[in-house]
Amino acid sequence: MSKQKILEIKDLYKSFSSGFLGKKTKILKGISLEVNKGEIFGYLGPNGAGKTSTLKCILGLIFPDKGNIKVFGFDHLSIKAKQKIGFLPENPYFYDYLTSSEFLHFYSQLFQKQKTADIDALLKLVGLEENKDIQLRKFSKGMLQRLALAQTLLNDPELVLLDEPLGGLDPIGRKEIRDIILKLKEERKTVFLSSHILQDIEMICDRVAILVNGEVINQGRLEDLVSQEILFTEMTVSQINRKELENFGKTLTHYGNKSLIKIYDQNKVQEILQFINEKKGKVHSLVPRTQTLEDIFIGMVKQK
Amino acid sequence: MKIRAVASNTFKEAIRDRVLYLLLFFAVISLISSRILALLTVGDKIKIIMDVGLASISLFGVLMAILMGTGLVYKEIDKKTIYTLLSKPINRLQFLLGKFFGLMATLFIMLVFMSLIFIIIFLLYSGQITWKFFVSLGFVFLELCLITSVALLFSCFSTPILSSIFSLSFYVIGHLSWGLETLIKKMKPGITKFLTQAVYALLPDLENFNFKSEVVHNLAIPPKIFLFSFLYGIIYTFFILVLAMLVFRRRDFI
Repeated sequence: MSKQKILEIKDLYKSFSSGFLGKKTKILKGISLEVNKGEIFGYLGPNGAGKTSTLKCILGLIFPDKGNIKVFGFDHLSIKAKQKIGFLPENPYFYDYLTSSEFLHFYSQLFQKQKTADIDALLKLVGLEENKDIQLRKFSKGMLQRLALAQTLLNDPELVLLDEPLGGLDPIGRKEIRDIILKLKEERKTVFLSSHILQDIEMICDRVAILVNGEVINQGRLEDLVSQEILFTEMTVSQINRKELENFGKTLTHYGNKSLIKIYDQNKVQEILQFINEKKGKVHSLVPRTQTLEDIFIGMVKQK
Repeated sequence: MKIRAVASNTFKEAIRDRVLYLLLFFAVISLISSRILALLTVGDKIKIIMDVGLASISLFGVLMAILMGTGLVYKEIDKKTIYTLLSKPINRLQFLLGKFFGLMATLFIMLVFMSLIFIIIFLLYSGQITWKFFVSLGFVFLELCLITSVALLFSCFSTPILSSIFSLSFYVIGHLSWGLETLIKKMKPGITKFLTQAVYALLPDLENFNFKSEVVHNLAIPPKIFLFSFLYGIIYTFFILVLAMLVFRRRDFI
């Protein structure tokens, strides 16, 4: 059975004119990608790669020079498509003279179906129920981010576009937002997540596209991109002489009687374990390090 | 529905803006001073109060329209609130119209408020207010519609300071352009007259909305002029709103 395509971008080009002579800078250079129903799609790239520009093209905030964007099979600018989209911008700014409750009421009127009944529940979901009558000018950055998430979910969207959703949040806020994204996945919603924080993408995304200088240089399932091959093993050992450990690998730190050793040759891992056993030493930790998205990403960006 | 939602939000924004109350404060001072001015003048004091009063209402209405109108779209772009708003199922025309009607509602309330204060001052001093006073106010409102649409147009592509200068220039030119009409009448036929006529046709003539003399001196308002001024205001405002839409339609929000 073929997967239902929720978002299709074909050959997207965008450039901006700048300066007095109107010199053109190419931002997007032929982006093509597809996002299927129910998946969390990570859109990964360094700052200035064109992630936000792609999102703005999808939402009709900027107009592409060339290319085609379809959302739910409709043209991306159609009202029908926008009825089903939720968007969280990178640095959310809202009307600071409104209270959070007034703000959500205002946005809810822009959708066909009245959602006013859900507003209290939404505010509760993002932890703002106590602050619903406070003007947004008095909100902290974290509170604004939560409210931004509430407005994203206002229309119970089928496709959620998130632009750097975890940037600028404290660890608790990040975890809460990650949980909400995973809850969306459970509800079979489709999430398009742009980020330069690899950890976020690695933790929650099914498929990723890597964007560098306005071009998608790689895309696919996370497990296909990241090799499972072990690169090296890190081991913390005590009660063994440091010099004896160096026969197996490189000792990184030595504190008290504990040593951290990095072993590149996997055959030597068994040998060192046997050696430690014989010498009545103690193993505190043993961590095999496989390739991460970060390794691939840095490799690709450098190559580019 | 969507236009109403944006209009209602624009109304809330304007009503919670301190600039509005500052202008309103000065408008009230100016209205009160019309009575003081009458005390210092030789002649028909009632006419002075009416003249200064109507001029104050009109001037402060225009200042409100320009100072708030020039920020209408610019602020949304500058503060990036437009990103989330336009990502919702609303098209750009609905957004612009919502902004326009929101400010018009605010100006209407302000006009009513200033007029009430003026009526109280006027009734305390003399007595009678004629229907022509309300007609004159109606045309002040029509002029505000036009000025707001101009401020909105400039707001779509320029900063509030520049937009204010442009809109104020439009207002000043609009009230001086009738001089060209007099000039045309005195000119001999030829290319110069034709060009002057073309310039006059292009420039706004806001004196069409000025019925102060008719109210102050209790002159008759011919229905033809009344109808012409009304249609002139509506069509000109519509034309400027279409221009604003054309500018705004394909604008990138970087």
